[in-house]
Amino acid sequence: MSLGFFVFAPGFWDNEAVHVALAVGTAVAIVAGVVGVFTVMRGQSFAGESLGDIGTTGGSAAALVGAGPLAGFVAVDVLAAAAMELVGVQRVRGRDLATGIVLGAAIGLAAFFLYLDSTQGSGNGSTVTILFGSIFAISSATIPAVVGLAALAVTMIVVLYRPLLLATVSPEMAAARGIPVRLVGALYLLALALATALAAITIGTILSTALLIGPAAAALRLTRRPLRAMLGATAIGIGAVWLGILLAYDSYHWPPHEHGWPVSFFVVALVFLGYLASGLVEWRRERGA
Amino acid sequence: MNEAVLSVEGLGVRIAGRQVLDGIDFAIAPGQFTGLIGSNGAGKTTLFRAILGLQPATDGRILVDGRPRTRRTDSIGYVPQKFLLDPDLPLRGRDLVGLGLDARKLGFAVNRRRKRELVEEMLAAVGAEAFADTRVGRLSGGEQQRILIAHALISGPRLLLADEPLANLDLRSAQEVVALLARVCRERGVAVLISAHEINALLPVMDRIVYLAHGRAAGGTSEEVIRPDVLSRLYGHHVDVIDVHGRVLIVAGAGDDEDLHGCEETVEHALPGEVAP
Repeated sequence: MSLGFFVFAPGFWDNEAVHVALAVGTAVAIVAGVVGVFTVMRGQSFAGESLGDIGTTGGSAAALVGAGPLAGFVAVDVLAAAAMELVGVQRVRGRDLATGIVLGAAIGLAAFFLYLDSTQGSGNGSTVTILFGSIFAISSATIPAVVGLAALAVTMIVVLYRPLLLATVSPEMAAARGIPVRLVGALYLLALALATALAAITIGTILSTALLIGPAAAALRLTRRPLRAMLGATAIGIGAVWLGILLAYDSYHWPPHEHGWPVSFFVVALVFLGYLASGLVEWRRERGA
Repeated sequence: MNEAVLSVEGLGVRIAGRQVLDGIDFAIAPGQFTGLIGSNGAGKTTLFRAILGLQPATDGRILVDGRPRTRRTDSIGYVPQKFLLDPDLPLRGRDLVGLGLDARKLGFAVNRRRKRELVEEMLAAVGAEAFADTRVGRLSGGEQQRILIAHALISGPRLLLADEPLANLDLRSAQEVVALLARVCRERGVAVLISAHEINALLPVMDRIVYLAHGRAAGGTSEEVIRPDVLSRLYGHHVDVIDVHGRVLIVAGAGDDEDLHGCEETVEHALPGEVAP
């Protein structure tokens, strides 16, 4: 028996759910890496976390009417991003209060929807799926939407790259050069909303920020250049998602038997380990320098 | 004198009902070094924002190269007021300088030879080659100023605006930045408008001075402006100009202890009787 037999449990490569999970996970890791680097640089992790949490409302409402969670996440996250732009979250970082209040109201609504979901029985187990994700349960029919939205968000960042970078370094300097700083920021927030919604279908609304922020933060420790940070974050994200899917699949054979461990746990744990490892590399590099 | 690179004509700016700038008139000729002097709150940053087109004028107009300014001009380079760059920002000094050339363009930057050469030239012009590959946020205040000046210069402006570039710098770094700006002005023929609340560091290099107080301005050479009668009229109360071994101290004669320039501490301690409520 080969080593491959132990690493890849039987049926891994033939399982359609695994194929879908790998495809979706890869697209999401790419968009999370590209968008996440700017999220960390702009100090908007809290906005990302809020968008992720608010997505719960959309996911639970979608489950209530029998629609897929992705549509709910995208609709609510884009609306929430527009609302955040209107109350000026980006311009005044002290506007935590407005975000906090909207967030509280949205989560309250989500609690109500999730309650209806569980009592009406139509969305069996939807609470756990929405909050913590369930990448093996994604239908292959969702792949075109996932890939399309991911491509849209990545394209937005690529097109806006230089104006966005200068506006991130200094809004004043960007404005002095005639860059429409507010428009660029609003478009960025839209890309962040898409990335958050995509991360939510992979590892759930609550954990979505982990995939967005973790790989980006790790990559930013290792390089002095934003483009390399994006590539690094994408690579770390893909690595964590692939390995997470593999471990979750293999875990069917771990105790307790016939109950796989959640993919989200593995992905988030691997992202966290990646972050710790990057800190170690940075520490050693700076000590050596 | 050639056509002015900048002329400010009867500029008035009102923000939230408060007249921040009132009847500001001055012009800057090509290659001239002008100091914009005034205490905090005198309206220096508002004037800069108006010149940059970020603050609409309530009255008067601003001409750049003889034409009303547009948002997208490369005629003006801008060095913002000292701000703290995030030390973890993944951006080298040379990347920030390069952004001065093409930040408005969409898409990723193609690493063109012409751009690389221009960035190298600017880094050399400000003496920043040695630290061009360090993350900008980890550079000292003086080093960051050099990178920011190179960023502003790379697009070939005819006027460089520097907002309080000497604030928070130690004396030696401040002198180096002043010398650098003066050299840029002479060698490249770029007019410089630099704001400061302290006049003495700039006295040796200034061609002209625009003195701002209570939203109004007096302009001319330093001999024409730094006089008790001119400054008293500007402040609206009596002001003395004292020369201490070549350093100028501007002292409120009566009433106001906020409008002291030069070595404020010394003045307060030396002349306690003069600082009445």
